[in-house]
Amino acid sequence: MDDRRATPRTALPAAGARTASVDIYAPQWRNFIFVAPFLFFFTTLLLVPLFWGMWLSFHKADTFSSGNFVGFGNYIRLFHDKVFLQSVWNTFYFVLLTVPTLALIGLFLALCLNRRTRTAAVLRTLFFSSSVLSVTIVTLIWRIVFIPNVGLLSTIYGWFGATAPAFISDPSLAMIGIAIATVWWCIGLPMMLFLSALQQIPQDIYEAAALDNANRWQTLRSITLPSIKRTFVLVVIVQIVLQFQLFGQAWLMTRGGPNNLTKPIVLYIYDTAFRRWDLGMGAAASEVLFVLILMAAMAQYLVTRNKAGQA
Amino acid sequence: MTADIEIRNVSKHFGAMTVLDDLSLSIKAREFIVFLGPSGCGKSTLLRMIAGLETVDTGEIAINNERIDHLPPGKRGIAMVFQSYALYPHMSVRDNMAFGLENIGMPRDVIDARIKESARILEMEHLLERKPGQLSGGQRQRVAIGRAIVKEPKAFLFDEPLSNLDAALRTRTRIELAQLHQRLQSTMIFVTHDQVEAMTLADRIVVMNNRKIEQIGSPMEIYDRPATKFVAGFVGAPAMNFVEATLDRSSRNATARFADGVSVQTEIASGQTSDGKYTFGIRSEDVGIVPVGQGNADGVVDVLERLGERTLVYARLGDGQQIVGSDAGNSRVAVGDKVGLAFDGRKSHLFGETGRAWHAGEV
Repeated sequence: MDDRRATPRTALPAAGARTASVDIYAPQWRNFIFVAPFLFFFTTLLLVPLFWGMWLSFHKADTFSSGNFVGFGNYIRLFHDKVFLQSVWNTFYFVLLTVPTLALIGLFLALCLNRRTRTAAVLRTLFFSSSVLSVTIVTLIWRIVFIPNVGLLSTIYGWFGATAPAFISDPSLAMIGIAIATVWWCIGLPMMLFLSALQQIPQDIYEAAALDNANRWQTLRSITLPSIKRTFVLVVIVQIVLQFQLFGQAWLMTRGGPNNLTKPIVLYIYDTAFRRWDLGMGAAASEVLFVLILMAAMAQYLVTRNKAGQA
Repeated sequence: MTADIEIRNVSKHFGAMTVLDDLSLSIKAREFIVFLGPSGCGKSTLLRMIAGLETVDTGEIAINNERIDHLPPGKRGIAMVFQSYALYPHMSVRDNMAFGLENIGMPRDVIDARIKESARILEMEHLLERKPGQLSGGQRQRVAIGRAIVKEPKAFLFDEPLSNLDAALRTRTRIELAQLHQRLQSTMIFVTHDQVEAMTLADRIVVMNNRKIEQIGSPMEIYDRPATKFVAGFVGAPAMNFVEATLDRSSRNATARFADGVSVQTEIASGQTSDGKYTFGIRSEDVGIVPVGQGNADGVVDVLERLGERTLVYARLGDGQQIVGSDAGNSRVAVGDKVGLAFDGRKSHLFGETGRAWHAGEV
């Protein structure tokens, strides 16, 4: 390989009949053209805002000026702000409510619907269909379900003479209400990922397990689950990243209330930066969220990678 | 442990397609049976029905006189080695072998002893802690066999287990399987489309074609006295020579006459045959290469295949019919030469229009 590359370029045309072979893997500047469009958008829409955000978070800035350099001032103010700390806790609570639920229900649905019947195909489509709805529609639907006195839930409870739990206004239930709507909305993707993973498992392993006297539970525990471990990690990471960014459902269902108990970090950022016009502090909160998501995803990845290595 | 297996009037359909049609077969204890046939003849389906991986539409299967066709695969007391080995990829070799025993609640010390013993038999003690992904094809094959042995089954089922191995390893594993059979004295059923595997391993071969059993017999019976034209053509390499012929039944033994006037005196009694069209069949080793004019026919050499111990001579008769003959390993024949072909009448076969066969020496 190296010898070929070392061939002087001038020798190529002169050689006439004996043309030197071309190394198709050699770097060529033309290749850059193919990635340039992506690089352009990656730089302008991702890299620049990322570093601009970091820069902003160290400045006292509003919409009219980028003001003075304040060092870690914005961050110090942030960590003294009870509402921010509350929103961090709210976000973690929400992630804790939704991610395991999505992973487990997604897995359960995939296990149930991983068969070649018409009913299974219809149900797969049905469960996935909620994913294509916009957040506005989803929250509208769930507001209709949860709304006190006239909502679907109240009506059903009413038939039995009971009072429905106040999922929107009860401080201890509001976040659970948002989580329910979110799980309903997002369940399609985990289910589809698990389904595709299940279909990758070779059928003959199951046949071998049947000959090995494995019952349903033993087959699930010893064959199916270990075979889709990687997909499980993927689903959890994707959902952590997604659910940390909760905004639309909280904004449209509860406006962060009651008493900031359902205000997630993104809503706090929105309030701070675009309603109170404190761009510097909003940027600082964004950086905190960025680091939190990064850490959560990394931790999940490292833990499962180590486990896989030991097994 | 060993078992005889009885298959009675078994049929299998996939939708409108019939895969096996009213098939019956008894397999004796300790027998090594090979199902041989081309792709799609139903041999794997039959094996999977014995294993319980396919349902039996009609008929029944019994092991040691107990019906098993309604039992789940694990309760039939059999072990199977898959073509793809079907090892559990996330389990070590040891766990792969232990899985089936753990599932029936066998005590740990018995499991360990069995794994140790079968690892010793298969010379794979050093592989026990590895994962299947860290093993070569041949090693995986051993593990798959080991996983079957530890169960001490009544019968072993092999579904084309050698087809993923390279040629040298296939020959070696074949010999090892034969040794294993002698050692374990277990009933073994082996599915293959490779006639060499069938001939070398089997006590009896079941030749299958087109949903049915064509012939059941020892390897030499199948080779020397094929029951049908299909069996004659399928078993043996190169395939048996077939020539359209009419019969001269005027003497005690029939004489076959080819279209271009060549005639071969067979040792098949005229009385056994009737008028009608026949196909004359003879294996390449029963067609000698002789000087021109001294054989039954003359031909021009098209192709030579030098196999070392003998040379296969592909000669073309006057009417374009190709005949494969056999000459010594150091044959001086060259392509384009004209040679004489001497057909050994004692080894010739006749096949009727339905495919039914007649052989020399039949009374």
